Amino acid sequence: MATLEVRDLQTHFFTREGVLRAVDGVSFSLDRGRILGMVGESGSGKSVTGFSIMGLIDPPGRIVGGSVRLDGRELTGLPKPELRRLRGAKVAMIFQDPMMTLNPVLRVGVQMTEAILAHEAVPMADARARARDALALVGIPSPEERLDAYPHQFSGGMRQRVAIATAFLNRPDLIIADEPTTALDVTIQGQILFETQRMCREFGAAMIWISHDLSVVAGLADEICVMYAGRIVERGGVDALIDAPRHPYTAGLIASAPGRGRRGQRLRQIPGMIPSLLDLPAGCAFRNRCAEAGPECAEAPGETAERGRAYRCRRPLGQDAGAVA
Amino acid sequence: MSAPAPKTAPKPAPEPGAIHPAPIMELIDLRKTYAPKIDMVGRLSRRLRGKPASEEVKAVDGVNLRIQPGELVGLVGESGCGKSTLGRVMAGIHEPTSGEVVWRGRNMRNMQPHERRAARRKAQMVFQDPFASLNPRMTVRDLVGQAPRVHGTVPAAEIDDHVRGLMETVGLPPAYADRYPHQFSGGQRQRIGIARALAVNPEFVVCDEPVAALDVSIQAQVINLFMDLRERLKLTYLFISHDIGVIEHLSDRIVIMYLGRVIESAPTEALFAGANHPYTVNLLEGAPRLDRRKVAYTPISGELPSPLNPPRGCHFHPRCPFATARCKAEAPALREVAPGHMSACHLNDG
Repeated sequence: MATLEVRDLQTHFFTREGVLRAVDGVSFSLDRGRILGMVGESGSGKSVTGFSIMGLIDPPGRIVGGSVRLDGRELTGLPKPELRRLRGAKVAMIFQDPMMTLNPVLRVGVQMTEAILAHEAVPMADARARARDALALVGIPSPEERLDAYPHQFSGGMRQRVAIATAFLNRPDLIIADEPTTALDVTIQGQILFETQRMCREFGAAMIWISHDLSVVAGLADEICVMYAGRIVERGGVDALIDAPRHPYTAGLIASAPGRGRRGQRLRQIPGMIPSLLDLPAGCAFRNRCAEAGPECAEAPGETAERGRAYRCRRPLGQDAGAVA
Repeated sequence: MSAPAPKTAPKPAPEPGAIHPAPIMELIDLRKTYAPKIDMVGRLSRRLRGKPASEEVKAVDGVNLRIQPGELVGLVGESGCGKSTLGRVMAGIHEPTSGEVVWRGRNMRNMQPHERRAARRKAQMVFQDPFASLNPRMTVRDLVGQAPRVHGTVPAAEIDDHVRGLMETVGLPPAYADRYPHQFSGGQRQRIGIARALAVNPEFVVCDEPVAALDVSIQAQVINLFMDLRERLKLTYLFISHDIGVIEHLSDRIVIMYLGRVIESAPTEALFAGANHPYTVNLLEGAPRLDRRKVAYTPISGELPSPLNPPRGCHFHPRCPFATARCKAEAPALREVAPGHMSACHLNDG
């Protein structure tokens, strides 16, 4: 049994303009020590998937169907106190902006020991020692002194390290990281990717890394899910998915990435815009922008499983499509 | 910093045997410093504690740069390295603190006011955030048409046609001319920003992270637009970005900045074939790429030091694995290490 099992998850937002199916039937599973990259553009539902697993969906949003199992235990529909006991202990989240997760008027040490004491009855001194060790683990120099600093006294990269150290404090089974390096500089991003990858393997946590950037995920993850308009359109191992994508959207994302020694050539662009979730085409949501689309795409594609991968497309690309892209 | 080494290396010829025209823009020992505003209490306490009257941020610290007509120069660096400040000085938005800006062989300082205005008009800028850089209360017609109207480059009666033409150029339906910025998506908004920059027929465009705020599939559309415009309008670009992939794709030549100084400059192919400066090497290795899988990252340690108090000598020495005693004391000059390839590192002295 996998550490995390998500089956047919559906999270909808009930707005005045209509029902937004932000997550519309998402299924995947993830094991300890593995990193899953969740890739998509804005509005694809990648963050809402993460928030749904954490039980952090507020009205007008609601999980309307499906199941999320952590170590066999169903998380959807758990009463709030139960969820609170779980969050921070068994599952933890790292956000894009660490200013969102850190309280600006409390010293970092206070916030970190609080996170320990909320779940365990240990002496204050022990909690503080654990917080100090956690800071040292993510590469913060002189951690003992830094425990007494306020969040604004850290740089952006250091603040994100504090957030990561806090997420790992209680050795959670699952960590969800929502674009934690997007706001950071390249060299700092490299350091953070390195630290989290190492800690995830070392402590055997399952990790979901949400990102809009396929190339970040390519270097980090074991598996990738590509989301479009609330659905996972393709998932599989990193090499298979990037070298031989089956879904035209995945292939489009790969082909539109600049660099890769094709200097000065026009990038293959995906025509059109990301559709509004209120106004999705019937059938495959991508078909308006898809070069491969045919009449059969008017009917929503089911999931086709193949060795180690799966995709939702009625006209998948062939074996050599990756080479062409 | 010691006297700037005169830059002798021109860009590689686009065609073999082509004669280099004069650079479209040249910067000579350009500096831009900012002094934080200090109130009376601050001044008093400084005097009592015996500190100097003010501390400055050297955002741009002695930069020499030549840009040839038609060239696309990529400017790379981390936040706080001064790349945006440099871009703004080149676009004429900020005045340099010292140093010279030479436009088509003529020093801007020695120009008559009307000549300077005309030269400024030839250098335009596209900004990063398509949400913050467009006035939400102006329609596209006003946003794009304002500059040609104010400068009188287009007769008043023809401005509507001019705006329509520009909208077509950047791929916006001209029928949307009376819409407001909030009625457009991020990618379309960036197109409005580009149309606005093109409205006064510039020859040189500074683009400051113009695709950083866009989604991946939209980013490709806008990058393609920049390449099309370059060809059609014979534009010269300075393209500022932290995204190595974007810069690699677009640039003829890449300039790397670190804490206000240019530390390396080379033709794109040469830089990717063999970067010289240890910082550049790390920057290129650290950049995520699709073909780098399961990377065992070996990132450079440490963070960008505060520009208020940069390290002595070579600014990079506290993070550099090869730093020597000389690096701590003496700032390395930018010197040619291969034809057209400049680097500022003491290690090159052997």
